[in-house]
Amino acid sequence: MPEVKTQTLMVNAAIDGEIRRHGEETYPHECCGALVGTGNRVTATVALPNTTEEGPRRRFMVRPSDYRVAEQKAGELGGDLLGFYHSHPDHPARPSQYDLDHAWPTFAYIIVAVAQGKSEAMTVWYLKEDRSAFDEGELHGN
Amino acid sequence: MATKILIPTPLRPFTDKKDAVDVEGKTVGELLADLTTKHSGLKAHLYNDQGKLRSFVNIYINDEDIRYLQKEQTPVKAGDTVSIIPSVAGGAPTTAEAPAALPELTKDDYKRYSRHLILPEVGVEGQQKLKAAKILCIGAGGLGSPVALYLAAAGVGTIGIVDFDVVDFSNLQRQILHGTPDVGRPKLDSAKDKLLAINPNINVVTHNAALSSENALEIFAPYDIVVDGTDNFPTRYLVNDACVLLGKPNAYGSIFRFEGQASVFATKEGPCYRCLYPEPPPPGLVPSCAEGGVLGVLPGVIGCIQATETIKLIIGAGEPLIGRFLIFDALRMKFRELKLRKDPDCPVCGTHPTVTKLIDYEQFCGVPSATEAPMSGSTTEITAVDLKKRLDRGDKLTIVDVREPHEYQINRINGSLLIPLGDIPKRYVELDPNDELVMQCKVGGRSAKAADFLRSKGYNKVLNLTGGILDWIDKVDPSQPKY
Repeated sequence: MPEVKTQTLMVNAAIDGEIRRHGEETYPHECCGALVGTGNRVTATVALPNTTEEGPRRRFMVRPSDYRVAEQKAGELGGDLLGFYHSHPDHPARPSQYDLDHAWPTFAYIIVAVAQGKSEAMTVWYLKEDRSAFDEGELHGN
Repeated sequence: MATKILIPTPLRPFTDKKDAVDVEGKTVGELLADLTTKHSGLKAHLYNDQGKLRSFVNIYINDEDIRYLQKEQTPVKAGDTVSIIPSVAGGAPTTAEAPAALPELTKDDYKRYSRHLILPEVGVEGQQKLKAAKILCIGAGGLGSPVALYLAAAGVGTIGIVDFDVVDFSNLQRQILHGTPDVGRPKLDSAKDKLLAINPNINVVTHNAALSSENALEIFAPYDIVVDGTDNFPTRYLVNDACVLLGKPNAYGSIFRFEGQASVFATKEGPCYRCLYPEPPPPGLVPSCAEGGVLGVLPGVIGCIQATETIKLIIGAGEPLIGRFLIFDALRMKFRELKLRKDPDCPVCGTHPTVTKLIDYEQFCGVPSATEAPMSGSTTEITAVDLKKRLDRGDKLTIVDVREPHEYQINRINGSLLIPLGDIPKRYVELDPNDELVMQCKVGGRSAKAADFLRSKGYNKVLNLTGGILDWIDKVDPSQPKY
């Protein structure tokens, strides 16, 4: 049996608040943004426009041009792109099949559930290397 | 000749942490083939099972997306920079996504649903989807009856019903969930008994409540599809908006007299009720079934269409009634179909919605709220008892009945003058502005409109009979039949 190691992502209260606020602001639509930091510690978020053409209540899309913006911002902030966050309006903070189909390896995917305009559970997910599923990570404060 | 391919952050673990890799090839396709040969771990993330580049993998030559060049055949020249740039997508689950695991069918299920199972469009998987489905019926009345009965028979695993009414004799002409012995019982009790008698293997959830902006989202949340069987505009808009906000399809139906309508609203790709009717009609303009009547079998036809559409949505078969508005005329026995488009400016499902939470639908539809002062206290209203007193006293009052002639045949106040509401604008001149007028209809809605119209024409002595002929019969003249 290979050892299963839970990945941990460090998200302090300020970052946590920024993600929640973004999700509440765009409710009932999904918000999305980039996670910038070093190692497993998120030090900044970059809010990005949701450019999906499939209905922003259930989908989000970060265009290649915005991805480049995020990567550039990460560089300016002296960090790496660690992953992305998005919200699930009136849905639990668990990845959908659609999330899985569109996921990139190694990135941390934070999902925040927003029910009735109020943020609730926040979770983090990592794509398995064989793309078969997500592994849930652990979010740590401070 | 080597070309550099820039590797994005998430793929660098597969290129020994390098952010650029030198590869050989004359086209983008050849470069990528060389890249995945050198770093085989990349393959699963760049290509799907059919060997096509994944939709969220973007390949750029300099600043151009190869989708707009010659795709993977795009030639690469010396000095070109090739980059792999992610787009990042995701989202919440939609009803279109199959649940993780479908429930198994039991031996009894195979027997009961055998006529479904041999339809290729349903089959075992379709029947499992029906078993897993959770459908909410708004109302256990005329439309809700056939909808719930057929969904129960079809094996829909969970059927929720919202209603707060009790069974009345006047329901039995069309609400086939309820029978004569049920009169006086809560509709939910009678409905649950009937559904479980047809199919004891399903789960019937009753919501004993008047649907409101406060409870709608909570009640709707566990269900996949909502079936609108409401009989009034405030609830119809409420159901529509809640469905759009929650991303749940609305199998819509409505009935009036001999005409019915059906459509499927609030799907991801299709229009909603507000795309068709952004604003409700002025209150009183469209009479309810209680005022206007309805052919008893009509909700049977329309409700069965709603049930059909619901089942099609669950099993994913056929062409759903999305973006199509079906109008049925029972007298002429004709179906017409109108095309509906999603309105990009729709206040609730458009690109920039202004309605992002549930509002006060009574107010939106111009219905006076129950908390307002009772109408009987108003100087423009008169109660049945007061009217009787004044008539007995010999006051000269002209009673104008604004109902339809066939209603007038059932019951009337002696000496009243019949001018149907629709004729008032051309016939009001028959009325003397110096006379004291009492406007009357079945329950007081249409007559209030007629009274307002007359006042706008300068008639100053216009009263509206509170509660209409029904109150008159209850309080003054019980010898007459009610309808």
